[in-house]
Amino acid sequence: MAGTTITAAPTGSLPLDESARRFTAKRRRSLYVGAVVFAALAALPYAIRDVYLQNVLVLTLLYAALSQSWNILGGYCGQISLGHALYFGIGAYATSILFVNYGITPWAGLGLGAVIAALVALAIGWPCFRLGGHYFSIATIVIAEAGLLLVQNWDFVGGAMGVQWPFNPDAWATLQFAQDKVPYVHLALGLFVATWLVTYGVAESRWGYGWRAVKDDPAAAQSLGVEVFRSKMAAAAISAFFTAIGGGLYAAYVSYIDPESVMSFRFSLLFALPAVLGGVGTLWGALVGAVILIPITEISRSYLGGTGSGIDLIFYGALVMIVSLARPEGVLSLFKRTRKARNAEI
Amino acid sequence: MSANTSGPILRVDDVTLAFGGLVANRDVTLDVARGEILGLIGPNGAGKSTLFNLISGVYRPNRGRILFEGADITRLPPAERCRRGIARTFQVPRSFDSMNVLENVTVGALARHPTAAAARRAALETLERVELTHRTEAVAGELTPPEKRRLEVARALATGPSLLLLDEVLTGLTPSEAKAGVGLIRRVAEAGVTVIMVEHVMEVVMPLVDRAVVLHLGSVLAQGLPAELVRDDAVITAYLGERHRAA
Repeated sequence: MAGTTITAAPTGSLPLDESARRFTAKRRRSLYVGAVVFAALAALPYAIRDVYLQNVLVLTLLYAALSQSWNILGGYCGQISLGHALYFGIGAYATSILFVNYGITPWAGLGLGAVIAALVALAIGWPCFRLGGHYFSIATIVIAEAGLLLVQNWDFVGGAMGVQWPFNPDAWATLQFAQDKVPYVHLALGLFVATWLVTYGVAESRWGYGWRAVKDDPAAAQSLGVEVFRSKMAAAAISAFFTAIGGGLYAAYVSYIDPESVMSFRFSLLFALPAVLGGVGTLWGALVGAVILIPITEISRSYLGGTGSGIDLIFYGALVMIVSLARPEGVLSLFKRTRKARNAEI
Repeated sequence: MSANTSGPILRVDDVTLAFGGLVANRDVTLDVARGEILGLIGPNGAGKSTLFNLISGVYRPNRGRILFEGADITRLPPAERCRRGIARTFQVPRSFDSMNVLENVTVGALARHPTAAAARRAALETLERVELTHRTEAVAGELTPPEKRRLEVARALATGPSLLLLDEVLTGLTPSEAKAGVGLIRRVAEAGVTVIMVEHVMEVVMPLVDRAVVLHLGSVLAQGLPAELVRDDAVITAYLGERHRAA
């Protein structure tokens, strides 16, 4: 590296400092945008007093958080998991069993579930990350389905009957709020902010660069010193960790879980879809996708009546087809394009 | 530095690699001296890219050893070889197409720098070095083919290598682009980096390299100074062609 100064183009040091300065300014700007958006979302449930709409808001934020977690592995590292329902279930069950059977605060269950999920993700990653591309996705589906069958036949966790949370007075210690949904909005928002901050921080770190390199071209990545296998393992563990916390919060929110209601394949799809819809591997894609997807499905479901489990899946499928045909980079890329076009005109 | 600095930077010792019945490299032995520019030439299918993959760690040989800085690296994974100072480009550019140019080079710089901020700064310096600063924020997928080759070189240089493997970086360039590329490779070598380059364009390679190795059907056919090789009968028959003899 000694000879660089002799050969540098005679442009002076301006572009270098200018680039660094612009980069820092851009990073800071996205933090400010985050702060404003999160403050607005935190205030939103006080403006919407309708319990049904608050329910939609809770689910939207929860799915945004879960999709943001999925995005760490699927969007940044490029490992498309369609088995995240397994980690969601682990979180939901760990939290429920500890609380219902042993009276231990759900907060402890959230932590324990998250750690178990991360360990399970590592155990699954050990063989499966040696599989390339689609084979990895198929393996995650199969493993998650096996987990579902296991839980259905495991009496200790309630088998197919599931686990019913007892009715308690509203309290933060038990995460029970029967009277008022606002705390759930804030819990879901809190998880989303946490996953957003992790994504924000990690994107500009050794891990983040490594993940994106692995996603784009693993052969080139390893030639540049990126430990491809270790990168995937880290992304999987972090992703599973936060997915399990989401599962625990969901269990506390709905107060009743059974294998089908937290571990079915449908959930694995629902964690991937918002990020895919909004923009895979982006900071805001998961939230944008969830804001579009969840209210539409919740509202259409209540108008179409019943749980009608088929109709929303048809809807998701259609949406994914439209996005992948019209705008494979996701909805967010629409705004990027217009800004670039505007710059080009000037 | 250790006592190894006096020996060759790279020694390929009797290396053989076969894919099923196809022997891609047979009994290849060669030394690369510290600081030289070595040309690796030969017809398509001669095993040049396979040899690059063996040196950079994509493949492991069936037989033989590869020594870098005196240490046996035959079984080391590619990422570890990169940290030790071996960098490469790919024949078909493998840029990270969803990332911009600066981010691409930062990935490489992270092999040498502990933090992303330090790596980004080093990446910007490397972009100046290869004269690609005007494309810093362009998405790699939108670069022209010559720019992509330049990006490959920048990314590899950002890892701070002592040995750089260039796989056809001058192929497909216009004469003026190729001339700029030659200048860049010269500057890299002058900065103390040993270069091995696979190349087809004889007019460009021969004046540039200190020494050349000719591969043919997976084996070393000849090696020596460029001026000697272009008069070597075996080389002319196998690779350069009769037209070259007339000239």
